[in-house]
Amino acid sequence: MIRRALLKALAVPGYQVPFASREMPMPYGWGTGGVQVSAAVLTPDDRLKVIDQGADDTTNAVSIRKFFERTAQVETTERTADATVIQTRHRIPETELVDGQILVYQVPIPEPLRFLEPRETETRKMHELEEYGLMHVKLYEDIARHGTIATSYAYPVKVENRYVMDPSPIPKFDNPKMRMGAIQLFGAGREQRIYALPPWTDVVSLDFEDHPFDPSKADHPCALCGAEDSYLDEVIVDDAGGRMFVCSDTDFCRARRDAGHRGATGRPAAEGAA
Amino acid sequence: MRSQSLEGGFPDAPVDAACAFRAALEAMARPGRIYDIAGARPPAPLSVAAGTLLLTLVDQETPLFLAGSADCPSVREWLAFHTGAPLVGAETAQFALGTWEALLPLDLYRRGEPAYPDRSATLIVEMPALSETGPILIGPGIEADARLNLPDPAAFQANAAQFPLGLDFFFCAGARLAALPRTTRISEAPGCMSR
Repeated sequence: MIRRALLKALAVPGYQVPFASREMPMPYGWGTGGVQVSAAVLTPDDRLKVIDQGADDTTNAVSIRKFFERTAQVETTERTADATVIQTRHRIPETELVDGQILVYQVPIPEPLRFLEPRETETRKMHELEEYGLMHVKLYEDIARHGTIATSYAYPVKVENRYVMDPSPIPKFDNPKMRMGAIQLFGAGREQRIYALPPWTDVVSLDFEDHPFDPSKADHPCALCGAEDSYLDEVIVDDAGGRMFVCSDTDFCRARRDAGHRGATGRPAAEGAA
Repeated sequence: MRSQSLEGGFPDAPVDAACAFRAALEAMARPGRIYDIAGARPPAPLSVAAGTLLLTLVDQETPLFLAGSADCPSVREWLAFHTGAPLVGAETAQFALGTWEALLPLDLYRRGEPAYPDRSATLIVEMPALSETGPILIGPGIEADARLNLPDPAAFQANAAQFPLGLDFFFCAGARLAALPRTTRISEAPGCMSR
């Protein structure tokens, strides 16, 4: 049933297919949708990577990875390039994803119009009639209030010039990467919706001619690996306001340090882990 | 019921269904590309690919339409034992199986509703052979362009024009599978219609 929903989701990119979400051995909000989608696509030949905000070593990522090691007998990896299925919460890996890989997103609120219109009957009609004026009004109000479009994550996109879609709460820095060679599947367990993007699907971030989309990030290099083109997390390091910016993608950062790149406070990966 | 009907299912259902579905998913995500799919041993006239696809996607909740020569006692019994899918007419079917000629006309099938475009039929078309030749395919899932020997390009053009409504297709020949969702646009560039 989930598999049938996935096929229809690929056939109508960006459209949210309702599905009968199952109980998972984890609470809603911890990736029950992503887990169900991953379980539906995994085969014993796969190699699974799980990230949470870009990191392989956070509680959520570790427990989901262990869950699939035990239940699906799949190999796991932390290396993006080696993985065939990547389940993610709120990030797209920095390493470019290619043909043969599947990216599974955990989605909390799949409906991009939900915070503008709480009624499902109305949002369904808006998608049906391609009536997305409300979303543009929201972005316009951002500009009126803040001078720029202040939405910085879950930035709405239009898919194949038809459906407005929530890319899940990824930073808008990741939006341009959504046109990629891998298959992207989105699972929302509590909200019981699945949607998908086939490879090379046209994904455009909504904007205005005079306020074009800007995939911004913190204006620093990574303190560990020196990367200037990766998405950064701000880490508070002491009680005196000290802070550092480090790559959110831990695998990307470690691979760069292994290759000899150093940031302002960077040490080799082995030493940094100790 | 003949005992052959009891045979030919997946030897290891969870793993075989997972591998078969993966091929179907990749095929639907990359229109025109041909994938290997196997696992089931269905009775004639079903191809291995069509039989495997049915065991993977069809169950008691999915009305199935058997068109033409696919609607024979051995296939009915085999599907009844392995899937339990209710057999219905083309108008209410969620899945339909048969050769291209047997499945026609296409306007019988459900194309989805404007609010629920996913409520549309998926047609499983038995083909004599699959090859990456013929009309050029453009759309989601295709980086530059792809080709597939479609039975009737004009019918698929008309189907794509109804997006977001429309039918989705799997093409089966032997143990090979390709797919064409409603998003794929078909252009008949001169010289590529060899037949």
